[in-house]
Amino acid sequence: MESNQTCFRRGVRDGMPIALGYFAVAFTLGIAARNAGFSALQAMVESLTNNASAGEYAVFSLVSAGAGYWEVAVMTLVANARYLLMSCALSQKLAPDTPLVHRMLVAYDVTDEIFGVSIAFPGRLNPWYTYGAVSVALPGWGLGTFFGVAAGSALPARLVSALSVGLYGMFLAIIVPPARKSRVILALVLVSFAASFLAGRWALAAPPGVRTIALTVVISLAAAVLFPVDPAGTEEVAP
Amino acid sequence: MKNIWLYILISAGVSYLIRVTPLALIRREITNRTLRSFLYYVPYVTLAVMTFPAIVEATQSPLAGALALAAGALLAWRGGSLFAVAVVCCGVVFLVELAV
Repeated sequence: MESNQTCFRRGVRDGMPIALGYFAVAFTLGIAARNAGFSALQAMVESLTNNASAGEYAVFSLVSAGAGYWEVAVMTLVANARYLLMSCALSQKLAPDTPLVHRMLVAYDVTDEIFGVSIAFPGRLNPWYTYGAVSVALPGWGLGTFFGVAAGSALPARLVSALSVGLYGMFLAIIVPPARKSRVILALVLVSFAASFLAGRWALAAPPGVRTIALTVVISLAAAVLFPVDPAGTEEVAP
Repeated sequence: MKNIWLYILISAGVSYLIRVTPLALIRREITNRTLRSFLYYVPYVTLAVMTFPAIVEATQSPLAGALALAAGALLAWRGGSLFAVAVVCCGVVFLVELAV
């Protein structure tokens, strides 16, 4: 059992690449925020309280289109619905006796990346690991948005392009090692790649957030029915 | 003119509610085997769905994204750390886009 301090430090370490990637993504988000009439401060607060690239992008484009408050509320719900699934999965990763205050704090920054590293934590998740990752990732996210509004397109496009794949690199580092150990997970990853590619081609009308959640539910459910996880072994092979 | 701070408040509230509801309400271990298996597979599927083809579309040149995917997957297969894989992907894109 590692101490909270060790876990926090490990979280900070794993949060570094997230912070770099966040800065780049948030920077481009800031440009969209500026077009929607947000000040640098407003855009940063939006980022620090929403923690969602697709969701925030949807808000910025709706606001610039003059949408009403209800529309923004519904769109935020749809664009961020996948975090509901991630929080469900995280609820099983925490020890059942985890106090409510930790649950509420962990919930604050459930993003694709923070979720990814948290779920990859060996065994039960120590919330302090997540706090460590968030403590560096969140400032990167907020500052990136701030400078995106303030500095516009000062960062060369080539640099933004390179930094933006860092997040996907992290996803690979999370899904590939378990896929190497389990054929079911390897097949699932490949099926997910293919399905995501095809859905992107054919279902252009659906927003990416909706696509992600629909594919996740269908593929995971099919896998759960076809390859149920051994109840006794779940703990050992948990991601 | 609508109030931007109100938009921020609304989107922040909705975003947090989505995240906190399952974590606050599901306090016990789920015993249903199918549901457990479903939640076990969710992370892999959702991260995979978000990675491809997005990684190829995020870069200015699709070739750079594709090579980053290949290099990142290979390094991760060989046990590369989170940071190493992320940095290699960025590096590959930067170099390929310099070259093309």
